[in-house]
Amino acid sequence: MKLPSRFILPAAAFAVLVAFFVIGLQRDPGTIPSPLIGRSAPAFSLESLGDPAWRVGTADFAGRAWLLNVWATWCAGCRDEHEALLAIARENRVPIVGLNWRDDRSLALGWLAQLGNPYASVAYDPEGRTAIDWGVYGAPETFLVGADGRVLVKHIGPLTLDVWQRKFVPLLPSPGEGT
Amino acid sequence: MLAAALFFAVAAGAVDTGQRFDDQAQQARYERLIRDLRCLVCRSESIADSNATLAADLRREVERLMREGKSDAEIHAFMTERYGDFVLLRPPVAPRTWLLWAAPALFLVGGLAAVVVVIRRRALAARDNPSSLDEEAGEP
Amino acid sequence: MIPELGHFALILALLLSATQGGFSLGGAARGNHAWMAAGRSAVVGQFVFTAVAFAALAWSFAERDFSVLYVAANSNSQLPLFYRIAAVWGAHEGSLLLWSLCLAGWTLAVTAASASLDAPFRSRVIGILGLISIGFQLFMLTTSNPFDRLMPAAAEGQDLNPLLQDFALAVHPPILYFGYVGFSVAFAFACATLLEGRLDAAWARWTRPWTLAAWLFLTIGIALGSWWAYYELGWGGWWFWDPVENASFMPWLAGTALIHSLAVTEKRGLFKSWTLLLAVSAFSLSLLGTFLVRSGVLISVHAFATDPARGIFILAFLTVVIGGALALFAWRAPRLNSAAGFEVTSRESFLLFNNAFLVAALSLILLGTLYPLFMDALELGKVSVGPPYFDLVFLVPMIPLLALLGVGMHAAWKRGLLGSMRVRLVVVAAGSLAGALIIGAAAYGDIRPMSTVGFALGLWVMLSSALIPVMRLRSRQPLPAAVVGMVVAHFGIGLATLGITGVQSFKIEKDFALGIGEAATIAGYEFKFAALRDVRGPNYVGVEADIVVSRAAVPVTVLKPQKRLYNSGGNPLSEAGIEVGAARDLFAALGDELGQGRWSVRLQYKPLIRCIWLGAILVALGGLIAAFDRRYRAPVTSTAGDRAVAPAR
Repeated sequence: MKLPSRFILPAAAFAVLVAFFVIGLQRDPGTIPSPLIGRSAPAFSLESLGDPAWRVGTADFAGRAWLLNVWATWCAGCRDEHEALLAIARENRVPIVGLNWRDDRSLALGWLAQLGNPYASVAYDPEGRTAIDWGVYGAPETFLVGADGRVLVKHIGPLTLDVWQRKFVPLLPSPGEGT
Repeated sequence: MLAAALFFAVAAGAVDTGQRFDDQAQQARYERLIRDLRCLVCRSESIADSNATLAADLRREVERLMREGKSDAEIHAFMTERYGDFVLLRPPVAPRTWLLWAAPALFLVGGLAAVVVVIRRRALAARDNPSSLDEEAGEP
Repeated sequence: MIPELGHFALILALLLSATQGGFSLGGAARGNHAWMAAGRSAVVGQFVFTAVAFAALAWSFAERDFSVLYVAANSNSQLPLFYRIAAVWGAHEGSLLLWSLCLAGWTLAVTAASASLDAPFRSRVIGILGLISIGFQLFMLTTSNPFDRLMPAAAEGQDLNPLLQDFALAVHPPILYFGYVGFSVAFAFACATLLEGRLDAAWARWTRPWTLAAWLFLTIGIALGSWWAYYELGWGGWWFWDPVENASFMPWLAGTALIHSLAVTEKRGLFKSWTLLLAVSAFSLSLLGTFLVRSGVLISVHAFATDPARGIFILAFLTVVIGGALALFAWRAPRLNSAAGFEVTSRESFLLFNNAFLVAALSLILLGTLYPLFMDALELGKVSVGPPYFDLVFLVPMIPLLALLGVGMHAAWKRGLLGSMRVRLVVVAAGSLAGALIIGAAAYGDIRPMSTVGFALGLWVMLSSALIPVMRLRSRQPLPAAVVGMVVAHFGIGLATLGITGVQSFKIEKDFALGIGEAATIAGYEFKFAALRDVRGPNYVGVEADIVVSRAAVPVTVLKPQKRLYNSGGNPLSEAGIEVGAARDLFAALGDELGQGRWSVRLQYKPLIRCIWLGAILVALGGLIAAFDRRYRAPVTSTAGDRAVAPAR
């Protein structure tokens, strides 16, 4: 049976569409990918949360791996992940640097005093400029920066020990190396 | 017509989240830029529409970059470097989006051409064969 | 116990769908009336058991049974009963059950109303609907079971997304799904026609009222979604061209093209294969929408939680159903043709243009929605396509469509327009343009090219529609339901155009930092931040502001925007205070607290925005009126003469 070409067009177009969908399903849908992965961590130098005279910045951690954790007292998820952060801090494998995003200084200090402080140092970003440089859009967010200064991992949402083990630990320098 | 449509897009409403620029052209440019950037917190809004804090921060950045004399392309680049291409609501005009931007004209012309062909055929049939005008599908 | 009952009922429903599908199609192929009757009985059974399953899930929600995983994930003991029931379709698994119930319902209705169709054709329609039902029920039972248990049971549920705790939630999805699923009837009619190799156009008359019914539900569903987004999301927008919104709009455009194309096929037997293709497409787009929303191939704020297994299943289902129908089309459609003719300015012509523009619009939206996927799959980088693109591009086919609409309504079948009509239309066109200029100048103090075009087109369509009943009544011609329906629906389109133009051209949105006692002015209205108080709801706490609105010192209203924090956690939600008016809405929403008692307040002036949804309601009403035209209510008969079936194989 001869099929006039134009009647087969819809079926053919559909077949092409399905092919695209098959490819599309295999790619990672969902989370917005971060363009920072693999690039140098955006440099910053901000006032320390505790003492405005001190400064905290990317230069402090040159040559070693470190975590940047973006948090704020108004962020419910940050409270949820606090326990996990304390546990990770106790492991002492990488320093955790806090970025206090658009928060009130005294509230933030009180929070840490009350709940415990997992951070090696905390940078105070009341205007959110640095957060924007890091492409932050929803606290909490946690980044792993490698010893070479490049962003290796970004996690959006509360950090759990499970996520820590799966996403971050494999990329940490092995104990004894470059601390 | 496309030019008119562009005018519409630019002139639409007064999205004035605080008059940022005294110069009307600059203000219009500002409003266009913030309408073209997605608010990632709310995701279904531009940073012009959203009242999320991040949206306000990004609007402030757009204004700052404009005052620094950056071009539209540079401002878009600033945003996509940090947030990825997903932050742009207006697709760039580049070779890979040529089909996207040509589509309105293509589809319209194509559709009209098909319609014209069919109408001509049927109108000629009507003229050459008047009984064809009486053909109906109705139930007996 | 009840959840297990529901699960079991679903399994039974699946078995009955299989019976329905198998016996109906088999019976039609073999001419076996006993089988065909068995297929019809299965329809009733399938409906009953799907309804039982649905009731079981609703019961589990009502009784706060947190041992059911789906209930625990989408409900909360503090959630009011109304929303607990609505939460049944608040997420993926439950919404599939709703789909299934709608499909069972439509199938039952078609079965009951088609007694006068000849048995094999009727059975083929029922059989195809049965096959589609199998797909959904199988999907639920294999990957998305709403009755999965949570052991041990949760002490407390996670709560329904606060955004969804709203009246419109309760009605938007069921109405929308009624529309999506209703297109399956036209799809089944089309496939049955192709299967049988029918050469006539009788199916067009049978299909049209069902298509109208589905289409009008979809119209209301989309309008509801837009209205809900407007007042619930707190930012005053009413359409964002989000992939999920597009997924509902595309079937609507296809459905609109279909109703118009069916008119030509029904009347003149023309464009049979094109109309069949549209009938297949409308439902295919509904299914495609389901895929896009649930598979995660596109990023969208509306999207359900994704899971690759689900994506694969839906895609396979899609391929079978749509691919099968299109293959059937490729096989059988070439045989369909007609020798009928019509003149250049006849109604047939205009309806062809209607289809061309609607399909162009549909294709543009489809391309824009899928483009990010195409680019990503071809590794050409990531592209995002949003309102700046769609707003622009949608105008291109719409402007000519609206312009021609005003003329096409008056065109006669077969032959062109009569001379006197042309004069009248020119007068109406001139009046519309004048009206547009007057509105711009008098109401908004500003005349712009695009706003004038928009107002003029809106008025043009409205006046041109109104002309029809006026002329008919004056010349004492009859005014059948079909004509009234058409007039009302088209009038609605014109009204909506007016609304869209008003809002897009002349809306004003401004942020202000206000403390108690301070005021701001937009569009001549003064908004005074009068008071702030704490509020408490059944499952939230928050603050509420009193914003006193006045114009020229005359009090207009008090708006009460709220900022809520739900007990189950999450980001604070802004509930806007809206003052509704025929000519404009006034809108106030609370932003962030700025310290020292000052708040960021967003004030908006939205001219003519109500016209959009009012217009949409009229469109749906028009469809409803048209569906009840006498010619659809007469018993459908088919004689041997118009069966004209092509020789088998």
